[in-house]
Amino acid sequence: MDAQQSTGCWQRELDLPSERGASRLVMDDLLGQLGAHGWSEAEIFGVHLAAEEAITNAIVHGNKLHPAKRVHVACEVSPARVWIEIRDQGDGFDPAAVPDCTADDRLEVPSGRGVMLMKSFMTRIEYNAKGNEVVLEKRRVTEP
Amino acid sequence: MATHRRIDVSKVGDVTVVKFLDKKILDETGIQELGAELFALVEHDNRKSIVLNFSNVEFLSSAALGKLITLDRKAKTAKGRLKMSNIRPEILEVFQITKLNKVFDIRGEEAEAISAF
Repeated sequence: MDAQQSTGCWQRELDLPSERGASRLVMDDLLGQLGAHGWSEAEIFGVHLAAEEAITNAIVHGNKLHPAKRVHVACEVSPARVWIEIRDQGDGFDPAAVPDCTADDRLEVPSGRGVMLMKSFMTRIEYNAKGNEVVLEKRRVTEP
Repeated sequence: MATHRRIDVSKVGDVTVVKFLDKKILDETGIQELGAELFALVEHDNRKSIVLNFSNVEFLSSAALGKLITLDRKAKTAKGRLKMSNIRPEILEVFQITKLNKVFDIRGEEAEAISAF
């Protein structure tokens, strides 16, 4: 589903297969819409990274690449805000239990940076209680 | 000489300069290939002084960071040294957020990285 509301807000909702690289089915449109709504390259980079990490987590860690499972993605882009909801059909996880990848004894561990990057580049990230759905939101800093 | 699909490898004196061919390093298959090609430089070709030039790279995922961390560890284990150059601000920010700027030897331009060996 693809909709351009009269408010100038772009919306999209779709189900992705649990395959590596499936994020591109939504990412090209999402990034294109951010550009069309006046978001800067640096801002788009951050949203891209956060969304890519979240969708990859859903496909690989949530659905464990199961061919019968889907990842539901809903997103909304306006000049002031981007909102992305990502839900997998896995068992969920406890984001609070993810160790701090910047702790000295974990700096050289090759994995476990996705959630931190999402938090850093978005204004808000929120998991549901089960841990199989995440909402990413970024609000642009308005000019004074 | 090994065939590379993900990197361009050249020599400047004793230093091996590696340029990434992909602008976006996010596809899992590509990252696996990239890792294998980078690791082979250390483990098979015995390269001791390596500069990774990021001038082509516009985007990389956390999975790609994992390969860079593993490469850095392999280089250190082999008594080699790895330096990075030409990193655009957005990617530098990723290194800073994850504090990998404390792990990696990050320089400005390629020539500066080469002369730092």
